[in-house]
Amino acid sequence: MELSLATRTVGEHTVLEVGGEVDVYTAPRLRERLLELIDAGARHVVVDLGRVDFLDSTGLGVLVGALKRLRTADGTFALVCDKEPLLKIFRITALDQVFPLYPTVEAATGVGK
Amino acid sequence: MATVRLSFSPAPVHVRTARLVGVAVARRAGVREDLLDEVRLAIGEACTRAVALHRQHGLAEPVLVEMSDAGAYSVRVVDRAPIEASIGLAVLDADQLANESLDEDDLTTGVGFALLAGFVEDLQVRPVDEGVGTEVRMVWPVSR
Repeated sequence: MELSLATRTVGEHTVLEVGGEVDVYTAPRLRERLLELIDAGARHVVVDLGRVDFLDSTGLGVLVGALKRLRTADGTFALVCDKEPLLKIFRITALDQVFPLYPTVEAATGVGK
Repeated sequence: MATVRLSFSPAPVHVRTARLVGVAVARRAGVREDLLDEVRLAIGEACTRAVALHRQHGLAEPVLVEMSDAGAYSVRVVDRAPIEASIGLAVLDADQLANESLDEDDLTTGVGFALLAGFVEDLQVRPVDEGVGTEVRMVWPVSR
């Protein structure tokens, strides 16, 4: 399945909804979109992986790149993920200790608490 | 003798094809359904690594993937890059991953290796028997 990207705003957060497969072929488009958002001034970015059905090391590299970029700009970066196969990927790579991971967009943005 | 043999030019777009074929052959070979996501990821990582090495070294030669169901399900992913390029694979810890000085390519390589090592119990990375290159060999049990 092709990569899909959609952006919406929740409070002060920019939520990027990602769907499909994030791999060595599609990850450059995800990187480009994240850079566009950050360059346009987004400082609190939430990437919703709820509709992602494949994520590889290239995609993870892009997400870490965005995290570091926002951190140096005094921003925040969080991921929304509640699928066990994807969570296992974060655990195996130790990236669960690097990313703030939330089960829902509401939890990540603090809306509806 | 390989059951299915696939070679593809070292372009990212073909990695997905290799994953799809690898999983289709795994399913037919009798690999358990709950392992197929891991098979898909591992074959993808091995092929991504091979494509990256070929591009890094300007090699136009194809990447080879061989799938065999003789006994267990085994997959070989063969690149043609100089061996020294493959050395230095290491699993990174959380502090290293978050370190600002680690560039995205090195991070991706480290994470890719962590995924291979984490998802494939029977994994070997070794020089090819003939010529230049490395083979990543992965084996999964089958139930028939």
